[in-house]
Amino acid sequence: MLQVLLDIWNWLPELIQILLKIVVIVVPIMLSVAYLTLAERKVIGYIQVRIGPNRVGPRGLLQPIADGLKLALKEIIIPTNANRFLFVIAPLLVLAPALAAWAVIPFDEGMVLADIDAGLLYILAMTSLGVYGVIIAGWASNSKYAFLGALRSSAQVVSYEIAMGFALVVVLMAAGSLNLQEIVLSQQGSVIHWFMWPLFPMFVVYFISGVAETNRAPFDVAEGESEIVAGFHVEYAGMAFALFFLAEYANMILIAALTAIMFMGGWLSPFEGVPVLDGLTSWVPGIFWLLAKMGVFLFLFLWFRATFPRYRYDQIMRLGWKVFIPVTIVWIVVTGFMVLGEVGPWFDRT
Amino acid sequence: MLDNYLPILVFIVMGLVFGVGPLVAGFVLAPHRPDQKKNSPYECGFEAFEDSRMKFDVRYYLVAILFIIFDLEIAFLFPWAVVLDQIGWFGFAAMMVFLAILVVGFIYEWKKGALQWE
Repeated sequence: MLQVLLDIWNWLPELIQILLKIVVIVVPIMLSVAYLTLAERKVIGYIQVRIGPNRVGPRGLLQPIADGLKLALKEIIIPTNANRFLFVIAPLLVLAPALAAWAVIPFDEGMVLADIDAGLLYILAMTSLGVYGVIIAGWASNSKYAFLGALRSSAQVVSYEIAMGFALVVVLMAAGSLNLQEIVLSQQGSVIHWFMWPLFPMFVVYFISGVAETNRAPFDVAEGESEIVAGFHVEYAGMAFALFFLAEYANMILIAALTAIMFMGGWLSPFEGVPVLDGLTSWVPGIFWLLAKMGVFLFLFLWFRATFPRYRYDQIMRLGWKVFIPVTIVWIVVTGFMVLGEVGPWFDRT
Repeated sequence: MLDNYLPILVFIVMGLVFGVGPLVAGFVLAPHRPDQKKNSPYECGFEAFEDSRMKFDVRYYLVAILFIIFDLEIAFLFPWAVVLDQIGWFGFAAMMVFLAILVVGFIYEWKKGALQWE
């Protein structure tokens, strides 16, 4: 039976194979996005001693489906003064890079769509592209709130992108490769070999920058409801709005995956090298560990939102420029010494 | 070698398709009854006054310019970081000189108040 399936698979043209693989990656992402919105409402609900959505389906489990259907049936309003072409194209420009970045994410050893040597560079490029969609959306709407929101958001995103870029450089120095699979494999050994220990400040900087980069609370001044309504996407409705929403959540999941891969050993088991537990858990597939680690980070996103009050804009810029950038520059130098000094157990490669 | 990049090209195209699909569905499924009030820019219920393509704070330009400088520097650091193992202390020292020059510029802009948002 398995052999027959394999034969059929090999018989398919390469393009079809790639398309099928992409569907296998994108459909779970879309479902995760849908259920992340439910998880967000539930988690924040319980943190605030409420129950959260519980009407649609058992325990509210069908809520995201209902939300999606409702959005699909809402009119897409294009304001009279808007630049129609740019207005429609902006949500696509936000969503496409947020999905395309997943092409190089390794889910398990060898389980990656495109095993390229410039993986991290590609990630950096794709995550940078999203800001174009934001600027275009804000400008094309021809609305004051949207315009101000787009300015704030893009300035914030580019500021934190620098801290993120520096953090990536430090990971590169530690791993000596741009290939995401090799970055994971260079953390092999045990929990102590994960890069989160020698690069701990970068681990924190990277994740907090990721929160700021996706415009999530407490860095969500770009869409601060209490001051500029919804920011750059205030004029969007129906499916056009849903695409921005999808992209934001897909980016959150992406940041969670990248943090897990670069600092917490990706698909590697946390029990590696532990005498008894390692044997007991060796049957667990690697993708489970990756998903578990991502789940921890996604929970942090939601926890942050329920816990911290919104930062002021000047505080956000100060944190990005005056705290994170100096810290990352110092850690580049420190990591340089660690790598060249072959500090064990991380950098004593033969 | 370049074969590995084909899936990425396909994925970028598919990313656009996954965006276009729902958008078309939205245009087809949803009602379309525009009226003058609905299509005016949202301004908390007021009649829109002034053009929204207005002047804005020059500091946004400044942030953009500083971003370009730092982002370029990150681009310079990438290849250096990958081969740090092979180039050893000499390569490390060379990059430290480059970083020192950049840090001097960073301190200058800090003292000038370019990073100040009151």
